[in-house]
Amino acid sequence: MNKVIKYCSLIALLTLSLVGISFGQDAVAAPEPESQPIEAEKEGSKGFDAKSFIFSHTGDSYCFHITEIKGEPICVWLPVIVKSKEQGWCVFSSKHVCELKEGETYRNFFIQPMDAEFKPGKLVEINQAGEIVRPFDISFTKNAFGVFFCCAFLLAFFLPAARKYKKDPMAQPTKYQGMIEWLTSMVLDGIIKPSIQGDKYKKFAPYLLTVFFFIFFNNLFGLIPFFPFGANVTGNLSITLVLALITYFFVNAFGTKHYWKDILWPDVPIFLKAIPLMPIIELISTITKPFALMIRLFANILAGHIIIMVLMALIFIIGGMYGAGMGGAMAIISIFMSIFMTALEMLVAYIQAYVFTMLSAIFIGLAQEEPETKAIKTTK
Amino acid sequence: MDLFLPESGLVIWMLIAFGIVFLILAKAGWPMIMGAVDKRNKHIADSLHAAEEANASLADIEKRSKEILAETQAEQIKILKESQDMKTQIVEEAKAQARLEAEKIVADARLRIEKEQAEAMDKVKDEVVALSVSIAEKLLQRELDDKQAQSDYIEQLIKNNNRIEA
Repeated sequence: MNKVIKYCSLIALLTLSLVGISFGQDAVAAPEPESQPIEAEKEGSKGFDAKSFIFSHTGDSYCFHITEIKGEPICVWLPVIVKSKEQGWCVFSSKHVCELKEGETYRNFFIQPMDAEFKPGKLVEINQAGEIVRPFDISFTKNAFGVFFCCAFLLAFFLPAARKYKKDPMAQPTKYQGMIEWLTSMVLDGIIKPSIQGDKYKKFAPYLLTVFFFIFFNNLFGLIPFFPFGANVTGNLSITLVLALITYFFVNAFGTKHYWKDILWPDVPIFLKAIPLMPIIELISTITKPFALMIRLFANILAGHIIIMVLMALIFIIGGMYGAGMGGAMAIISIFMSIFMTALEMLVAYIQAYVFTMLSAIFIGLAQEEPETKAIKTTK
Repeated sequence: MDLFLPESGLVIWMLIAFGIVFLILAKAGWPMIMGAVDKRNKHIADSLHAAEEANASLADIEKRSKEILAETQAEQIKILKESQDMKTQIVEEAKAQARLEAEKIVADARLRIEKEQAEAMDKVKDEVVALSVSIAEKLLQRELDDKQAQSDYIEQLIKNNNRIEA
C-alpha cells in the first residue's frame, strides 16, 4: 500500500514538475523525506497558497519558468523593458528582478508578490518619495514570447506551402500541402464563404484565416505545459482585446453605405431617430459585438487553464489537510481529471477559434450587406 | 482585479507581431494557397466537363456510325434487290426477244414452206399439164386405131385427172 502511494506520488510529481509548479511541502514530505527541509525552508509556515499558485500560472510572467531543481528555478529569462518617470528607459534581464528576495530591489524595481494589493505579479518601482508606482512597461513577457512564437510558427507552417503553390500551382500537392489545403479550406468553405456574400470574402479571408489559426494554435500551445509552449496567450485579455479591435476595424472600416445608414438612420418611426435613440443604441451595439468576442475567448481559455491548475492545486490542498496519503490519492484523481480536461480543452481550442472567426465573419458579412440583398431576404 | 485589465506592453507586442504576420500571410501566404486551390478546382471541373463532352461526342459518333452502317446495309439490300430485278427483267426481255425471234423464224419458215408448196404445186400443175398433153398426144395417136378403146381410155383419163384435181 505504501509502495502504491509512493509510486502515485512520484507520477504526480513528475507531471507537476513538467507543469513547472512549486512543490507543495506536504505532498512531498512523506515519500521523499530528504527534500523536506528545502521545501519547508522555501514555503515557510505559510502553507499552500492556491490563489497565487493558480494566477501566477494562468497570468503573464517576466520569465519563462521551466522547472525547479532542488529549489533552484530553471527559467528562460526574458528582457524587461520599462520606462520609469525618474530613470527613463530601462532594459535588463528579468533574472535580476525574478531572483530578488523579499524587500530587495534592483535599480528600485521589484516584482510585486501575488498576494499584494497593488498590481500583484507586476514589475513596480519605488520612487524617491518611497511610493510604489507602476512604470510604463513593454517588457517582452512570457505571453509576448508566446505570441511571437506562435506567429513564427504560423509563418513557418504556411509560407512553404504558399511558395510551393507559387512555383507550380498545378503540381500534385504533397501530403503537407494537402494538410494546409484541408485546414485552409475548412475555414474558408466552412466559415468565411457562408458568412460573407459573393466575392467579397476574398477581401477579408486573409484576416479571418490568420486570426483563426492564430487563436487555434495559441490555444493548443497553451495546453502544452513546457517551454516554449504553455503561455496562456489567448486567455489573456490584452491579446483578445487586440483581436477584437482588429475585427472591429474590419467590420466598420469596410462597411457599406447601407450598413451605416442602418446604424445612423434606421427604418424606425421618426421620433426614435429625431432624439437619436436608435442611432446611439446601434452604435453601442457595434462596440458590444467585438467586446463579447473579446470576453468570450478570454474567459473560455482562462477558465480551462484555471480548471487544470485547480485540479493540480487540489493535490496540495488535500495533501495539506489530510496528509501525504490523501494527497497521493488525490494526485491520481487529479491527473485523470486533468487528462480529461486537457482533452476537453483541445475541443475548446478548436471551438473557440471557430466561434471567434465565425462571429467575426458574420459581423463583417452583415456590414457588407447591400440593400437589394436585404430586400430579397425580407420578402422570403 | 488585475486579470481583467489589459497590459499596454502586451497590447503593443501583440499588435506588432500579429500585424506583421497578418501582412506577410495576406501578401505571400493565403492568396497563393487559395488561388492554387481555386485554380485546381476549376481545372478539375473543366476537365470533368471536357470529359463529359468527349463522352457525349463519342456517343454521337457511335450513333452516327451505326446510322451509316444501317444506311449502307439498306443500300446494299436495295442494290441487291435492284440487280435481282434487273436480272429477271433482262431474262424476261431475253426470253421475249427469243420468243419473238422464234416466232419470226417460224413465220418465215411457214412463208417459205407455203411458197415452196405453191412452187411445188405449180410444178405439179406444169407436170400435170405436160402429162395431160402427153396423154392427149398418145390418145390422139391411138384414136386412130380403136374407137371403143379410145373412148374407154378417155374416160379413164378423165377419171384419173379428176382424182388428181381433187
